[in-house]
Amino acid sequence: MPKIHVSTTVNGDTVEFLCETQETVLDVLRNTLGLTGTKEGCGTGDCGACSVLVDGRLVCGCLMLGVEAEGKEIVTVEGIGSPDRLHPVQQKFLEDAALQCGFCTPGFIVAAKALLDSNPEPTETEIRYWLAGNLCRCTGYDKIVRAVQDAALEMKGQQA
Amino acid sequence: MTYEPKTLKVVGTRPIRHDGADKVTGRANYGADFKLPGMLWGKVLRSPHAHARIRAIDVSKAKALPGVKAVITGGDMPMPDGGVTQAGESAINTQHLAKNLMARDKVLYDGHPVAAVAAISESIAREALDLIEVDYEILPHVIDVEEAMKPDAPLLHDDLFTQNVEPKPEKPSNVAQRIFVGKGDMEKGFSEADIVIERHFTTKPVHQGYIEPQACVANFAEDGQAVVWCSSQGQFLIRDLCVNMLGMEASDLKVIPAEIGGGFGGKTTVYLEPLALVLSHKAGRPVKMTMSRGEVFRSTGPTSGCAIRAKIGALRDGTIVAAEMDLKFQAGAFPGSPVGAAVMFATAPYDIPNLSITGWDVCVNVPKIHAYRAPGAPNGAFAFESVIDELARELNVDPIDLRAKNSVAEGSKAPYGPTHGPLGGLECLSAAKNHPHYKANLGPNQGRGVASGFWINIGGQSAATVVVNRDGTIALVEGCPDIGGTRASLAMMCAEVLGIEAEKVRPSVVDTTAIAFNDVTGGSRVTFATGKAVVEATEDAVRQMRERAAKMWDIEPDSVLWRDGAAHETGGEGRSLTIAQIASKAAKTGGQIMGHASINAAGAGPSLTTHMCDVEVDRETGRVTILRYTTVQDAGKAVHPSYVEGQMQGGAAQGIGWALNEEYIHDEQGRLLNAGFLDYRMPVASDLPMIDAVSGEVPNPNHPFGVRGVGEAPIVPPLAAISNAIYDATGVRMRDLPFSPPRVLAALEEAERAKG
Repeated sequence: MPKIHVSTTVNGDTVEFLCETQETVLDVLRNTLGLTGTKEGCGTGDCGACSVLVDGRLVCGCLMLGVEAEGKEIVTVEGIGSPDRLHPVQQKFLEDAALQCGFCTPGFIVAAKALLDSNPEPTETEIRYWLAGNLCRCTGYDKIVRAVQDAALEMKGQQA
Repeated sequence: MTYEPKTLKVVGTRPIRHDGADKVTGRANYGADFKLPGMLWGKVLRSPHAHARIRAIDVSKAKALPGVKAVITGGDMPMPDGGVTQAGESAINTQHLAKNLMARDKVLYDGHPVAAVAAISESIAREALDLIEVDYEILPHVIDVEEAMKPDAPLLHDDLFTQNVEPKPEKPSNVAQRIFVGKGDMEKGFSEADIVIERHFTTKPVHQGYIEPQACVANFAEDGQAVVWCSSQGQFLIRDLCVNMLGMEASDLKVIPAEIGGGFGGKTTVYLEPLALVLSHKAGRPVKMTMSRGEVFRSTGPTSGCAIRAKIGALRDGTIVAAEMDLKFQAGAFPGSPVGAAVMFATAPYDIPNLSITGWDVCVNVPKIHAYRAPGAPNGAFAFESVIDELARELNVDPIDLRAKNSVAEGSKAPYGPTHGPLGGLECLSAAKNHPHYKANLGPNQGRGVASGFWINIGGQSAATVVVNRDGTIALVEGCPDIGGTRASLAMMCAEVLGIEAEKVRPSVVDTTAIAFNDVTGGSRVTFATGKAVVEATEDAVRQMRERAAKMWDIEPDSVLWRDGAAHETGGEGRSLTIAQIASKAAKTGGQIMGHASINAAGAGPSLTTHMCDVEVDRETGRVTILRYTTVQDAGKAVHPSYVEGQMQGGAAQGIGWALNEEYIHDEQGRLLNAGFLDYRMPVASDLPMIDAVSGEVPNPNHPFGVRGVGEAPIVPPLAAISNAIYDATGVRMRDLPFSPPRVLAALEEAERAKG
């Protein structure tokens, strides 16, 4: 089957790629574009390790076809933060030891950023339910929730 | 090298981990993140049957598909001579491993590999699998452990005879072996008892649930030299298993460790790597293989489901005088369940004079059971800590006081033989009792449960190299994959000995050609054993730097003292030289400075822990909500307290998942029905409260900073703690895991009916 040509934006760069019709955004990011920060934990939308932002909305990269990326703006973990400064969510994950193996971390970082973009002062319950689509098997979530709380405080301080 | 109390500047602080920035930005490379030019994609065809004979496999159509470069079946895989490879807490029988990697004449579980292909794309590889024709003769299967022990049960292996029973069996069976630990006089013990409680418990197979599926790239060159990139809990184990499987020499294979996305014991063996090597050898190109989540559930080691009978006898004053247990563990398709550990540690938090504990290792038609965090101990503790709770209620004493009255302490003899050194059981119980959690009020349908746990921890072989850079910074070279922050804890111990900041030490986990053999990251051993090697290697570097300083000053090395990252002259002019000043002159004083250590560490101190949890039971739905959770554990010395807390919190969360929802569910044909995260329900953030982790510190005398392993013990108590809490909330005793809503609801309704 011939491949399909797709034009899209990834982390601010205009990107073109060819993909098979059954390939997902996750496949394209990892295998075609070399953006391996986005992880595959299940391929069925249950673990959130492949969380990316598509036009600002949090989606599982494994549940969206590569061809559906046409004309969209995609942000991955590699596009969060800048070379001279980590995003506050990234920084607080480090300070609060909110990762152990680190495999789920990119998904959590993207999901937590999306939460704080839309809800700058989430309650603990709101954080826990927002992140319920991201599985972590190492931490028991305690330090992840605290890191998101601390990032929210930090971002609030930056705005003031 | 033993423990000496001293003032510490780095150990016990909370620096940012050295691999942190890589892991929050997506830079860190895990098993599936690697690729090579010309790389092929490998895929595995797996049995859809729980038990079947393979009559024939026809791969001709798959081979003919354009883009397919290699196809292999069991006949293409060598059969090793036999023998056992030690893998941390498990011992791997190489012939069983070979048959598990690729079925030969029979498939033994749904998911058992029967063939593999390598093709130029993932989609062609998948298409090729569909073209392989396997002719199966379906055989009766058995999964339940007690069913599998019956004389007329379907037989997995016709050459398996139960070991360690008298008389020696004449007929093969599914029971691989009997294990026994005992002491004292059982008849006397139980006859002295004022109270005897005997109960039966069951658990289902549960999966380690690491989020990163197995993945590797193998590249086999024409001269017989090969390289494997993969994530694992030990690159040396992967190398040794692969060369054993394929008849290679150790120097033929280099294994380069990727970052590991969780393992919990499950990544202390091989599933894909030998297949990828054979495919690469056949195709003459590198081959990448990754598992889907479904394959992870269907084909990689869960831990055992089991059936346990536990009997306890006590005096009216609470002294436990006798305990008897019978533990039947699923081994999966091949012998080797963790029943041995369950036998040794189920009663280990307690000093009981009369003990009789028997374990049975039983083959059933599920994947070969593999290590899962404190393998076997949670199952055993579930049963024993539940009957302890019943005993406390029967005697009307506080369950923590009852545990303290019978607790092991320094000088008591472990059920498995040795006499204990210092250990923190009583300290944990006392800290739990004094914790505000224990006194907090409970509402309607709420209850509190307590349970303790024991894990032995291991030492083992570790090596480390400390390279002193010319600018005074340090390259720390080690060989144990960092699964949860050990780069940081090892670098901190190195920095402590040198007297510099942790950030000045750059730790690296290197490949199998860059350091001596290291045992796996398992058994809670890395911060203890590799930590000890790091301390010795650092002391070696310090000794060399003192000698160089002495040479530069033209004095005796004995007149040079090491303190705060510098050599100091102890008399004379009182001169000092920093690491950088010494290292920058190394070329002129004898060459570059490098400290080494390669050790086999003994004396890992056991972990003791006590958990308490509050639950609320919804009587209409049977849902159990965890309201509050506290763990207290003796860490010996928390090198990086945040990551010690993290181990305790994470282990508790895994135990909560095991208790409340996780289980392998099979259909009538023995096929796994819930091979995905949607239906195999692990805890998510909204299922859990904050988990309070209290770290006690009874120093381990066999480590320079008093370190004990911490990683495994936290999964031991939760099953019983939650069962005990459900009883406290409802008066209903749950003895069959998991306590999922339908089961809890059924138990509540049954209790109502019984009341009439």
